Amino acid sequence: MSARARVPWGLVGVLAALSVPFLGSRYYTFVATDVAILALFAVSLNLLLGYTGLVSFGHAAYFGVGAYTTGLLMKKAGVPFVLAFPAAGVLAGLLALVFGFFCVRLTKIYFAMLTLAFAQIVWAICFKWNDLTGGEQGMPEIPYPDLAWLERLPLVGELRTSDHFYLLTVVLVALCFWLLRRVVGSPFGRILTTIRENPERAEFIGVHVRRWELLAFVLAGAFAGLAGGLFGIFNRGVFPDFIYWTKSSEVLIMAILGGMGYFYGPAVGALVLLVLNQQITSYTEYWPFVLGSILIVLLFAFPGGLVGALDAGRRRLLRLGRA
Amino acid sequence: MPDPTFLFAQSLSGLTAAMFLFLIASGLSLIFGVLGVLNFAHGSFYMLGAYVAYQLVQVLGRDPAAFWWAALGAACAIAVLGGLVERLLLRHLYAKDVLYQLLFTYALILVLSDAAKVVWGTGQLSIARPPELAGATRVLGTLVPHYELFVLLLGPAIALGFWLLLHRTRAGRFVRAAALDREMLGALGVNVSRLYTSVFVLGSFLAGLGGALIAPAKAIVPGMDVEIIVEAFIVVVIGGLGSFWGTFLGAVIYGQVLSFGILIFPRFSIFSVFALMAVVLILRPWGLLGRPLKA
Amino acid sequence: MLEVRDVHKAFEGFQAVAGVSLALARGEIAAIIGPNGAGKTTLFNLVTGHLRPDAGAVFLAGREITGLPPHRVCRLGLGRSFQRTNIFPRLTVFQNVQAAFLSHRGRGLDLLSRVEHLYRDETEALLASLGLLPRAGELGAFLSHGAQKQLELGIALASEPKLLLLDEPTAGMSATETHETIRLISRIARERGLTLLFTEHDMDVVFSIAQRITVLHQGRVIAEGVPAAVRGDPEVRRVYLGERR
Repeated sequence: MSARARVPWGLVGVLAALSVPFLGSRYYTFVATDVAILALFAVSLNLLLGYTGLVSFGHAAYFGVGAYTTGLLMKKAGVPFVLAFPAAGVLAGLLALVFGFFCVRLTKIYFAMLTLAFAQIVWAICFKWNDLTGGEQGMPEIPYPDLAWLERLPLVGELRTSDHFYLLTVVLVALCFWLLRRVVGSPFGRILTTIRENPERAEFIGVHVRRWELLAFVLAGAFAGLAGGLFGIFNRGVFPDFIYWTKSSEVLIMAILGGMGYFYGPAVGALVLLVLNQQITSYTEYWPFVLGSILIVLLFAFPGGLVGALDAGRRRLLRLGRA
Repeated sequence: MPDPTFLFAQSLSGLTAAMFLFLIASGLSLIFGVLGVLNFAHGSFYMLGAYVAYQLVQVLGRDPAAFWWAALGAACAIAVLGGLVERLLLRHLYAKDVLYQLLFTYALILVLSDAAKVVWGTGQLSIARPPELAGATRVLGTLVPHYELFVLLLGPAIALGFWLLLHRTRAGRFVRAAALDREMLGALGVNVSRLYTSVFVLGSFLAGLGGALIAPAKAIVPGMDVEIIVEAFIVVVIGGLGSFWGTFLGAVIYGQVLSFGILIFPRFSIFSVFALMAVVLILRPWGLLGRPLKA
Repeated sequence: MLEVRDVHKAFEGFQAVAGVSLALARGEIAAIIGPNGAGKTTLFNLVTGHLRPDAGAVFLAGREITGLPPHRVCRLGLGRSFQRTNIFPRLTVFQNVQAAFLSHRGRGLDLLSRVEHLYRDETEALLASLGLLPRAGELGAFLSHGAQKQLELGIALASEPKLLLLDEPTAGMSATETHETIRLISRIARERGLTLLFTEHDMDVVFSIAQRITVLHQGRVIAEGVPAAVRGDPEVRRVYLGERR
């Protein structure tokens, strides 16, 4: 252990995030909300990808189901946010339980394909079930949660509603991160890494691999659902393309870009990807080309992602320093 | 009892769609069977095949056989592209986790689809049917375009040609052996890397050919790459990843389900094919004709 | 302790194991030998639950375990090492063994405790007894082959097995490493009162510690008994004619 105290990156991040509205720009708040929510989405996927070694191509389904759940409850049933938000996680988790049960019986490519198939089924249902989900048009105008109580607080009261929602998002996302962090640092999380490293060996230290994979799947789905619940409100509407398989690949890319070997890697990936997206789409319409090229460079040159590259650089500097 | 002529027409259109799909899916299945790679970019190769064929037709212009030369040329061009991709890029990922290969081929979709937009724009393009096949005939009460008949016959012809290649030639035997046990083949002294490249090139050729041949029947638009790859996945999953006749069977079944699904569940036709894929993966992941997976 | 009753296993027409029976008493050290392809690893897989026998039964300490999945068999007291070294490469040596303790002591569903120091004493003690303690912080992947095999042994031991199945424990080792490994294994077996069943190609190893030997050939038992008897068996000699060791 170094003599220097370890920097509490998590705390630093939260404080930095909370200060964004005070910069005064509506745009910054907008981007920051987007980043926070997608960071949670990406980190939830990483529970499966980085920690358990399962490649899911259908994670957007749980995100979308969470968004629709909160949206429906708040818009059509008038349920308050404080109930509608957890409901998103619960429903997404239940769906993950059903789908996951079948998916974990398969390996690798077949697992990926079934996750994709299930996600597309969910997409097709949302796309077509006009009465419930608004079909192709989606569900616009999801109301904001009741944030009046925030207006009474000293420093924060003068900010806009979107800022209030952002602050709420940061708090909720930070809470979810804290929970997920506990999970991956727990014996359960350690067992998941054994499954990733060597499922055969894991089986022979007494781990019922399928059951643990299913649990990881459900947790990942639940947290993705929570992220979705937030996103539906942020986006002022819920639409089926939240669930289309290209969305699932976007979140995979975020996780890899940031580094799936690190807890906050996918969060970094979400930040970088979103910012890059904003910047580049203002210059050119060929964002997919840029994204694809970045991804290719990443896969060949930086398999550990950005955080992995930074970490390797840091270690190299340390070694040079000692020499 | 629905009108038999109508049923026949639906079934026929399902079969035609199936044959087009088979062309593309067979390449996908072959590549997966031998290399173990699920090539997401296969749809992009198909799309580029159509675009290149279009371009060649513009160049060749008045030549009566322009279309056929264009189709062949496009298929060869895509085969070369596939070879380059495999040799220069993909092969470095074989040792890595499956995820890297999947994401690489997905990245290719992004790159290639935008590249196509740069060259050919975002509008719809089309190729005229070759004059020899421009007409139509009445078959069992339905008017069937000659071009569709051609495709309907081409499908099985290619399937047969393929089968002969796999079962009657030395190279084919290697391909089949590689599909069963890659390591063993390397140990036997076969140049596995050259085999991989050849298989990838062949698969790409088929995809390009499929794209070129479908151009007179369907419009060439951006987005056709993504649309077709999802359908191809469904086909190979139903039939069995890596199984040749499975792909054929899968394509036929898919075509019929799509055709009739629209009638029975008009709102859920897109749902039905994914449901079919899920059902197959749940009950029989190795598909109808694939080999049972190891426990 | 272990009883295998007339098990059969065929793969697509090839009979890998054709009616093998054997029995081990508690505390015994026994070996299974035979030329490549004789069915040794298949037999192990049938015992540990990785394969289901087509016919026959397997009993562990009197309890039937035929066809149970591997994680259940492991929990009932059977430990195993694999032919190709089977560890968790990107976990440290410490984490490798600790994981086995976590699973064995039922902490697998603990989602909230911090894992770093759980079972630290037990893990370090086990690593020390294997001579791996100084390397506790290294990643499993960076260990030498011999050290990885020792680590694998440690993982198996952490599950506190009553019976230990070792599939070619000294494969790929130099003479010195082999000697050390065998000393380690027999010491541990004695200390913990383990029953040991292993397969080997190295005959010196086999004859040095095995109390009983079963010889397998083409899926059948062709000889069985104390080392001296097996060594002199004409059938065994015939099968091994041409074998170097």
